[in-house]
Amino acid sequence: MRFAIVRFPGTWSDGDCFHVVTELLGQQAEYVWHRETNLDGFDCVVLPGGFAHGDYLRAGAIARFSPVMDAVGRHAAAGRPVFGICNGFQVLCEAGLLPGALMRNDVLQFRCEWVNLRTETTRSRFTAACAPGQILRIPISHGEGSYYAAPDVLATLKEQDRVAFRYCAEDGTVSHEANPNGSLQNIAGILNEARNVLGMMPHPERAAEELVGGVDGLLLWRSVIESFVLSR
Amino acid sequence: MTVEQRVLDQIALSRDEYQMVVERLGREPNEVELGMFGALWSEHCGYKNSRPLLKLFPTEGGRVVTRAGEENAGAVDIGDGLLIAMKIESHNHPSAIEPLQGAATGVGGIIRDIFAMGARPIAMLDSLRFGPLAPVSDTPADVEEATRNRHLFAGVVAGIGWYGNCIGLPTVGGETGFSSSYNGNPLVNAMCVGVAKAGSLVKARADGPGNPLILVGADTGRDGIHGATFASVELNEQSEERRPAVQVGNPFMEKLLMEACLELVEMDWIVGLQDLGAAGLTSSAIECAAKSGTGLRIDVSLVPRREAGMTAYEVMLSESQERMLVIAKRGHEEKVRDLFARWELRSDVIGEVTDDGMARIVDGAAEVACVPVRELTDPPQYRRQGVAPEWLRRLQETDLSLIPDLGISPADASSRTSAEAALLRLLGSENIASKRWIFRQYDHQVLTNTVIGPGEGDAAVLRLKGTSKGIALATDCNSRTCFLDPYVGGAIAVAEAARNVVCTGAEPVAITDCLNFGNPEKPEVYFQLEQAIRGIAEACRTFDTPVISGNVSLYNETNGSAVYPTPVVGMLGVLDDVRYRLTMGFKDAGDHVYLLGGSGAIGLHGEAFQLAGSEYLATLHDTVAGQPVIDLALEHRVQELCLVAARADLLRSAHDCADGGLAVALAECCVAGKIGLNASELPVDGRLDAALFGEAQSRIVVSVAAAKRDSLLTAAAAANVPVCALGQVSGPSLRVAGLIDIRVADLENAFNSGLPGLIGASAGQT
Repeated sequence: MRFAIVRFPGTWSDGDCFHVVTELLGQQAEYVWHRETNLDGFDCVVLPGGFAHGDYLRAGAIARFSPVMDAVGRHAAAGRPVFGICNGFQVLCEAGLLPGALMRNDVLQFRCEWVNLRTETTRSRFTAACAPGQILRIPISHGEGSYYAAPDVLATLKEQDRVAFRYCAEDGTVSHEANPNGSLQNIAGILNEARNVLGMMPHPERAAEELVGGVDGLLLWRSVIESFVLSR
Repeated sequence: MTVEQRVLDQIALSRDEYQMVVERLGREPNEVELGMFGALWSEHCGYKNSRPLLKLFPTEGGRVVTRAGEENAGAVDIGDGLLIAMKIESHNHPSAIEPLQGAATGVGGIIRDIFAMGARPIAMLDSLRFGPLAPVSDTPADVEEATRNRHLFAGVVAGIGWYGNCIGLPTVGGETGFSSSYNGNPLVNAMCVGVAKAGSLVKARADGPGNPLILVGADTGRDGIHGATFASVELNEQSEERRPAVQVGNPFMEKLLMEACLELVEMDWIVGLQDLGAAGLTSSAIECAAKSGTGLRIDVSLVPRREAGMTAYEVMLSESQERMLVIAKRGHEEKVRDLFARWELRSDVIGEVTDDGMARIVDGAAEVACVPVRELTDPPQYRRQGVAPEWLRRLQETDLSLIPDLGISPADASSRTSAEAALLRLLGSENIASKRWIFRQYDHQVLTNTVIGPGEGDAAVLRLKGTSKGIALATDCNSRTCFLDPYVGGAIAVAEAARNVVCTGAEPVAITDCLNFGNPEKPEVYFQLEQAIRGIAEACRTFDTPVISGNVSLYNETNGSAVYPTPVVGMLGVLDDVRYRLTMGFKDAGDHVYLLGGSGAIGLHGEAFQLAGSEYLATLHDTVAGQPVIDLALEHRVQELCLVAARADLLRSAHDCADGGLAVALAECCVAGKIGLNASELPVDGRLDAALFGEAQSRIVVSVAAAKRDSLLTAAAAANVPVCALGQVSGPSLRVAGLIDIRVADLENAFNSGLPGLIGASAGQT
């Protein structure tokens, strides 16, 4: 499987994603500079974490105008997977590929720590390898991760089973205490209507080896790869 | 002589030094030339007070590749074809005036020092000092001071986080301390560590007359003019007016600059690479030329400006951030510029290397400065006479046995503090309490190398991808100890930093140091500086950890009062196999817990002198007194034992006894491991406070599986290290000698709520 790992100026999880996909999972990957306009030949597009264009103005607000985003849009429209992590989630929301917005953390501080996520749907090529309701331990690292969407959008997300993950306690309870950033309904990640675009604030590429703290994030990468193999 | 005192004050040159400039030039310098002399002869750039003392440091060693002072940072060879480059640097005065930008640009500056060598930065650490967060009394002045300290603390942490998080480098460790001596003059020391392939480092040189000088990165503005000078004077009420001397950071620009420079060094297009830091273009270009014995010609009209109307003086002395100077090979200009353009960065040829040894600055057709490079980089050096202050002996000879001991039974608890109350108080005190409030604001994981992160072990541990190796990193300095005896304190700073990396299973390899002191023109401050350097040097020889880089920050005084002498040591350790790393937390019930290096084999023995300089004395008795001591030979044996045991996979955990002594160390092991310790049968005699909270050096708490006890004891006997059995990991509580019986959850609560409680509502969630 061939991954495109998009690099905006200011992206920094590109190398971490590359490491997981190639070194740990034996797939092919290429870095794609944000000025590229063609993503043909790639099976999955990853928008990694970072501060694209410095996140000046608003996270992702400038990146949506990067030339590569038209190609990302076409890739998504063709039903191929797009995986937006942290800053990538912010960019996907700004670009209109996912609904809602990521606002400043309610604590008004950056937060980097391990959190627990409850898998809300396994009906996607990103979560198919998870058990329903499985609790994943994956780190967050962001200052603007508070998910917001209008009530009707939230209702639609729920109705269409498009909430991928919610922040929860170790035992799976979705509570205010377990919400690290003030996200509405503890939402940590969502899918688009066609279920081929996932945006999530936590970093699954940081939870792919026991040596650096855990392997729960591998389930997401494996899901993507296995669903690709099955689709062929 | 025509020069006005006001002009000399602005650049912090004395009238004698001005006269020296006149004699060396054979004429009066013009304004631009004087500005350049002022910057390069400042303490910050010229080390005129400290250089003779820095020669006392051991700087050689088998692994050293780049020695202290040779380049932007030092480097060591750690095997497997890899080099580690590292340096620590201060940004104290800017942070005192504008904490967020001051700290942020300190981080930006030290990162540039690492990638200027062609090494890829992989980790940051920070050593911070502030005045107390809570008022020391109810007087309006003290309340205002504490409010200001909280503002500085929160601002500095936010600034470090902002820059590091945005550029995508993990801040993996460090330390933060508090004392009234830092009121108004916080210390902000940032350390960066990079990795490079052996043989791939680039130099900050300007060889080859005719080679072009290319300025890349940010445009040049009026920010930061006289920053190097500002760093070299004391702070006072007028310091706020120096705000324009504080630079403004742009981590996004630096990220692009870093990636572009690291790509550039792979090419064969350049002879040198240098960052623009203190004194901007002046020091950057001239230091390169000085190293190569060449001259240079710079046309300031070619320097891209952020604003119109800047003078040559301003362009040469601007400390605008995120700029680098590339000394390219002639004929490769366009390739270099294309590379930067691909990273969406501006670059401009602004001059060239010459062969006449002169620094010639022109502004279009007009020559604005022309002085010999060697004079600019040869400031006067001052060997001063330090004098031990009268008050120091009195403090050292204070009779600590007059301090009332802890109460032994609940009955005395009414009149005396109980051991339990003292422990909970210390765990929540600002110097000992969990620093989670700080490090959860820092990305400490990006690059996915962080194996032991903040709060998990005595040092941070990073794996090196593609090898089995790991590196351990720690910063340390107990400034109260340095205040009470700068020689012993300097040695202890090295010993503790080495002990920290040893407690993760790593072998100490090299140090970088940041010497934060007051005004060296005062004999008692010079005494502190000289003694601390001698102490550091002796300890470095003991542990075979040469000094490979460093920074000196003098004039840390507010309204005439100096900070505690604070020689911060940044230690690098190497683990040959990162799988054999150790964390501090106790692991499994039934594991046996031992104290390596304590006073004896059977139980604890407390004597008043062990309380010298302790957190216990400062927090519970408001006393800073006593004579700190260290036996470096014992220290070395204890560390060797811990290392041997770690490599033989004998240990489950290791944690050094530092601030708060043994009782605090045990509590930290319990909290980190979320499990209790039963040391209720441990015999204790002598003074209880000294036995529990004394800060005798050279002690490490380890836990070991029952099956490996004998191997550990055999190794200890062979190493001639005293070992004391403390008890066994078990249950939900820490129980010590009938004096302490507290649930781990309560210890954890005291430990974790300390800082958020002091910083107030802005603490956010807990």
